[in-house]
Amino acid sequence: VIIRRLLIANRGEIAARIIRTCQQLGIETVLAASEADVDSVPARLADHTVCIGPAPSPSSYLNTQAIVAAAVAAGAQAIHPGYGFLSENAVLARGCRAAGVVFIGPTEEQLLAVGDKLEARRHAVAAGLPVVPGGPVSSVEEARALAERIGWPLLIKAVGGGGGRGMKQVHEAAQLGELLELAMAEANTAFGDARVYVERYVASGRHIEVQLLGDGANVIHFGDRDCSIQRRYQKLIEEAPAPVLASDLRARMHTAAVSFGRHLRYRGAGTVEFLVDTERQEFYFLEMNARIQVEHPVTEAITGVDLVAEQIAIAEGQPLRLTQERVAFSGHAIECRINAEDATRDFRPSPGTITAALFPAGPGIRVDTHIEQGSRVPPFYDSLLAKIITYAPDRASCLALLQSALANCRIEGVKTNLDMHAALIAEPGFRRGGVDTSYFSRRIPTR
Amino acid sequence: MNLTNDDVQEILRLLDASSFDELHLATDRFKLTLRRSGASGWTQQMQTAAGTAADASTPSTPSAAAVRTPSVAGLIDVHPPIIGTFYRAPKPGAAPFVEVGSTVQKDTIVGIVETMKLMNSVYAGVAGVVVEICAANGHLVEQDHVLMRLRAP
Repeated sequence: VIIRRLLIANRGEIAARIIRTCQQLGIETVLAASEADVDSVPARLADHTVCIGPAPSPSSYLNTQAIVAAAVAAGAQAIHPGYGFLSENAVLARGCRAAGVVFIGPTEEQLLAVGDKLEARRHAVAAGLPVVPGGPVSSVEEARALAERIGWPLLIKAVGGGGGRGMKQVHEAAQLGELLELAMAEANTAFGDARVYVERYVASGRHIEVQLLGDGANVIHFGDRDCSIQRRYQKLIEEAPAPVLASDLRARMHTAAVSFGRHLRYRGAGTVEFLVDTERQEFYFLEMNARIQVEHPVTEAITGVDLVAEQIAIAEGQPLRLTQERVAFSGHAIECRINAEDATRDFRPSPGTITAALFPAGPGIRVDTHIEQGSRVPPFYDSLLAKIITYAPDRASCLALLQSALANCRIEGVKTNLDMHAALIAEPGFRRGGVDTSYFSRRIPTR
Repeated sequence: MNLTNDDVQEILRLLDASSFDELHLATDRFKLTLRRSGASGWTQQMQTAAGTAADASTPSTPSAAAVRTPSVAGLIDVHPPIIGTFYRAPKPGAAPFVEVGSTVQKDTIVGIVETMKLMNSVYAGVAGVVVEICAANGHLVEQDHVLMRLRAP
């Protein structure tokens, strides 16, 4: 297949990001937009815009039938699902296949294999990857027996879960029954699936992930990213490569990620997430994300590879255009996620209209955004306004550049977390590098 | 064709070597302003032309204007804590938090407003009885909208 016209089933900065690569490749773009987004910046950038339904996501960005029908009607050869929404949805992949449209992503089988956390864990074990000791449980008795084997404290997780929902820490045996029931009830409410599993709780862990590309036969990696700066399981800052990481640990993680991808005969762009136990200096497989990720620009910065262009080439059926030896790493990149939220009022969401949008520019600075003066930030979707990425030969100069880039960014009309980012990257803890995932919640705000 | 980051950097390299502090570039698709920001670098401001390609219908998102009704003497209005989508029940298919006639306390949850994927509880705010529910389930509500009215005991 040669993709000449591509439908983007997404919104926001990632829609604008995909359009940019398509323009460079000479691919015509059709944006599938909800009623709230028909006059958005991505809609203005795209060659065509098709309205796929009302503003609430279930009626538009999550409406598989409307999206496939829009692609067919627009004469698009392929659908790029971006991240979030239907990006890892096997039903959309199947719908595309039935309609003769290329789904830019992995196969249906691969989506199902990594979409279910227990299934993904089984594949990880089969591929020889270390996983956090634990397993599925369906009763308090089972959970207690497992706890005796793996040791306290425990972490209960939802099989169908994500974003921290249905997750519970258990520090003593007496709490187990109550918290297990609560986790199952929450999981059932949030995901329609009450199944949970139990793992050893890693007290101090870093979130480090490895970027993969596969063509269904070959799989190579594009290095790692550290995403440990998180608030309530939502990433705020990501960097590549992960700072302060022992080189043998890093190399073993790269190898493990590639083994996992090869085991699945993975096709497309994907990310293998690991939890690095900072006390034991060990790493464990967490999950695989079968899509492009929000933080992909930091990898693009240090490798010089356009990951969206590679996704499109793979979807066209081309073999990988790079070998592992030809993936060269240089420099350091950091990304800050600028969100429409009030960091001074418990990160309360702040939808509204942008009255001023001034972004930093210059060598080593990249801004991926979907807002400009006059843009509306609707209350229906996530709060990501822009990603500011800086790139420099080393981490110290990258941080210095990031500091001035943040200072040269001004967004008015909605509240943002810009000041919080500026304060955070100035903290000695962050500047040293290698913080764990609880750093953000533990830190004493500078102001 | 739109400008890429590489294009912007190319322009900046030329500007850096010049004595100009500002550049305005206008095409039929966008307007770009680049400004020198002291010694700390440059800023960019982009304005994309309104799409002529949008072949979509006009927005018809359910935002019930009817909820912006005047206050009723003797009744207490309950407003959303933030703009968002109003839900009367904790999850689809579940019973609503309250019905007309329900007795509520100050901290009784009477609904949920979903904003940017976050669920915000709506509290009654005062003790009383629900006498009218003004906002429809699943509709966009703004902060000055009335969700429901209560009568204090």
